[in-house]
Amino acid sequence: MSLDLVLVADVGAMTTNLLLDIAWTHVTARVRQTLVGMAGVAIGVGFTIMMAGLMQGSQIDFLRQLVDTMPHITVQDERRSAPAQPADRDYGAVQMSSVANVGDRRGIKYPDTVMRSLRSWLPGDVAPSVKTTAIIDHGGGRIGITLVGIDPRQEVRVSKLVSQMRQGQITDLNHSPNAIIIGQALAEKLALKTGNTVTLIGGEGTEVTSTVVGLFRSGLQRVDEGQVYSLLGFAQLMMGQSGVINELRLRLDNPLIAQKVATQVEAQTGYKSVSWQEANSDLLSSFSVRDFIVLTVMGAMLLTSSFATYNIISTITHEKRQDIAIMKSLGMREYSVRRIFIIEAAIIGVAGMLFGWVLGYALCYGWSKITIYDSFTGTNVPLSIYYSPMHYIVAGGISLLCCTGAAFFPARKATRVHPVEIIRGAS
Amino acid sequence: MSDVALEAVGLVRRIEGAISHTLVNGIDLKVKKGEFLAITGPSGSGKSSLLYLLGLLDAPSEGEVIICGQPTSKLSESERADVRLTKCGFVFQFHFLLPEFTSLQNVLLPMRAAGKMSETEMRERGLELLASLGLKDHADKRPNQLSGGQRQRVAIARALSNRPEIIVADEPTGALDTTSTEQVFAILREIADSGRTVVVVTHDPALAARADRRLNIVDGKIQEMSLGDGRVSSAAVAAAGP
Repeated sequence: MSLDLVLVADVGAMTTNLLLDIAWTHVTARVRQTLVGMAGVAIGVGFTIMMAGLMQGSQIDFLRQLVDTMPHITVQDERRSAPAQPADRDYGAVQMSSVANVGDRRGIKYPDTVMRSLRSWLPGDVAPSVKTTAIIDHGGGRIGITLVGIDPRQEVRVSKLVSQMRQGQITDLNHSPNAIIIGQALAEKLALKTGNTVTLIGGEGTEVTSTVVGLFRSGLQRVDEGQVYSLLGFAQLMMGQSGVINELRLRLDNPLIAQKVATQVEAQTGYKSVSWQEANSDLLSSFSVRDFIVLTVMGAMLLTSSFATYNIISTITHEKRQDIAIMKSLGMREYSVRRIFIIEAAIIGVAGMLFGWVLGYALCYGWSKITIYDSFTGTNVPLSIYYSPMHYIVAGGISLLCCTGAAFFPARKATRVHPVEIIRGAS
Repeated sequence: MSDVALEAVGLVRRIEGAISHTLVNGIDLKVKKGEFLAITGPSGSGKSSLLYLLGLLDAPSEGEVIICGQPTSKLSESERADVRLTKCGFVFQFHFLLPEFTSLQNVLLPMRAAGKMSETEMRERGLELLASLGLKDHADKRPNQLSGGQRQRVAIARALSNRPEIIVADEPTGALDTTSTEQVFAILREIADSGRTVVVVTHDPALAARADRRLNIVDGKIQEMSLGDGRVSSAAVAAAGP
């Protein structure tokens, strides 16, 4: 570094110290105003952190339930687009009518081979299932359900059904003929208990008497009311297609990469592979809207809190017009004087931010202790709070930006004052 | 090397508006190094306006102010601020000290803004200046703990802190009692005797008479100039210097 640069740096540091001294003197001379400003910033930052923690906590909680309940990827026995038909292939027609399409046999072809192949590279596991619709008939009540045939030994590797069991065990499916596991909500609806028998009516009109061997609770109402598990063979029987596997259920070590893996699986197998994100795209898109609304509200909160800083800096610059004039007349440059007030806002902002962090953490902690009665489950559910350093950084950063921005305009206006006008006025 | 510290050439300051008003109307002036110049005149004659132009606090509508040989009309506002900081020291009718700062901190202000000395050097010089103006025991007092005369002496110490070539004072004794007025004028006299140029605007003819030269301004023009020995000359002589 050249001597000139060293000197410039030294001079810069000394001037900065002077500006800091003046700024510090101004803010400490007005304790009440400074505290009000800091409180404004602290409340803005604190409540923003709390809101972010609460919103993200509830969202993550919901997504966790969603991800735990569903397979991360479902490979279905269908294609994204309709397969080319012989008429198209042979005649290359632009349009055809009254020509029946050739249908493929239902189900995934060679499911064991496909699963073996997937297991060779998949960061997770895969299990076969059969999904069909049926009607459950009990005590005069008839409810349409989705019957999912599973292999209990393989299912434990791809779903959380084991941990969701409230009565009975998943392996109980093997111990009774035509056994089924139903959701707790469905059981309550039909007044069913484990050991009760019901009639299941399949799509082909097949009527079978089944025994309820277990109850599960996923936390998702539509699943708990509408999904029933059985062995693969029983589901195939209800479907009228023995030996068919029409769905592969994949569970990944990292559910967040499901979309990417689904694309790879689809490219490899040719079957439509739906990630949990795609299956819930409408829900996730509503989250995006919710995130946007929350961010807007939080931004508004931080912006509003910065008005206190604007007010204080406006007052100080108004009161200090004479000092500004004197500093300028002594030879301090306009931008140096302006920096004094920006520094004052930054002092208020930083102090407010630090208090806001403490307040935010305290609010998050307090809210995490609150439980809310869930009328669906009849239990007290604690509020989910997500603690993230990013909330603190973002809330603090935006708040600081708003504070210094709020100070800039009154500071610029005040420092544009011509010193002679003030000196003449005072004289 | 020229011995002129401050020069005004065809200086005009006009206020434009619905009714234009000329505050300073074509003043030519040379002030030598170490000279004590008093500017007098009735209220509204333009003497303070002339002083602000000479001290670069205000920019002329026409003409040029040359400080220590450096023309200033083409300087930017920041460059003018730098010239004020290093070459001019200001004393006003009211002390204009920063109220939250002590006497010493106020004196250090221009030195810290210039950033040419270490903290120790600045502190030593600040204390030395306060001591030389009889304020040794008041270094840690705030302006509201000082008398009017003491405040004005702190303001003079502040004006001297960066060792400026020129001291510009606008009615420095206007708000002081007789004793303090005498003290302040004696200090300004000493400053001039030490080789610095002092330009003072005052209403007090007795004090002005103690300057090396006196300019009487009427309607923005130099009406007459008196030398210390009592000789009176016209505006043309003022332009040429004593």
